[in-house]
Amino acid sequence: MKAVVVVFPGSNCDRDVAVALARCTGCAPTLVWHGATSLPPCDLVVLPGGFSYGDYLRAGAIAAHSPIMRSVREAAARGIAVLGICNGFQILTETGLLPGALVRNAGLRFVCRPVDLRVEGDSPFLAGFTPGECIRFPVAHMEGNYQTDPETLAGLEAEGRIVLRYVDAEGGVTEAANPNGSVAGIAGITSASRRIFGLMPHPERVIGDELGGSDGRRFFAAVADALA
Amino acid sequence: MKAIVHVVLKKDVLDPQGKAVEAALRTLGFGEVAEVRQGKFFEITLDGHRDDASARLDRMCEELLANPVIEDYRITIPDA
Repeated sequence: MKAVVVVFPGSNCDRDVAVALARCTGCAPTLVWHGATSLPPCDLVVLPGGFSYGDYLRAGAIAAHSPIMRSVREAAARGIAVLGICNGFQILTETGLLPGALVRNAGLRFVCRPVDLRVEGDSPFLAGFTPGECIRFPVAHMEGNYQTDPETLAGLEAEGRIVLRYVDAEGGVTEAANPNGSVAGIAGITSASRRIFGLMPHPERVIGDELGGSDGRRFFAAVADALA
Repeated sequence: MKAIVHVVLKKDVLDPQGKAVEAALRTLGFGEVAEVRQGKFFEITLDGHRDDASARLDRMCEELLANPVIEDYRITIPDA
């Protein structure tokens, strides 16, 4: 699998996700600066976590208008898979490639801790997990509170596009298990085509037991298998 | 010419910052505070005077200054 990681000014998980891809898929990605106007041939574009443009205006708002994003939109339209992690998810909603918006956490605090997540629906990005399975990735964000209008939410539910939710230890979607106030406990959604996936948690931070978990390793290995 | 743009969260979007400011004002003894909504304010200086300034500002809001999914905006051109 050929992957590209886009680097924005203020990205800070770009190297982490590049290392995760190299270690878990055996194929090192190409890093592309946001000012580039074209993408090299690839199967997957990753928009990494961080604070692109210092989160000025709104998280992801300025990055969404970076020169490279025109190529990312074109690649997405051609069916190239796009993965947005944390700030990358915020950029995908600001670009309109995914619906809804990520607003300030309901608790007004930066949350940084491992969270339990339930995998749902079918998505090439979660091919490594069984639907209904609970996994654990860490979150680290200030604007991870997913909001959308009731009609869009109903559509996402009906189409099975809510593929990752915050859950408690028993796998239930509860207020206590929700780190940021996201509607319906949403941690990750896909596009209608299933080829675009945005999630707030960080799989690249759990790619081995020395990092506190290896669910991220399963995630990236299966993404490579599904997209190769 | 100058334009003023206010961007606020839509009425049905929870504004936790506004809520926190609201609670702080009440704690300070301003019991008459019923609600606070926090937003953004932009003062934009435009070169020259354009007849289509209002339409252009609308586009600036739609494309960048506001996120129409969660925010409403209001444009004021004081000396128009």
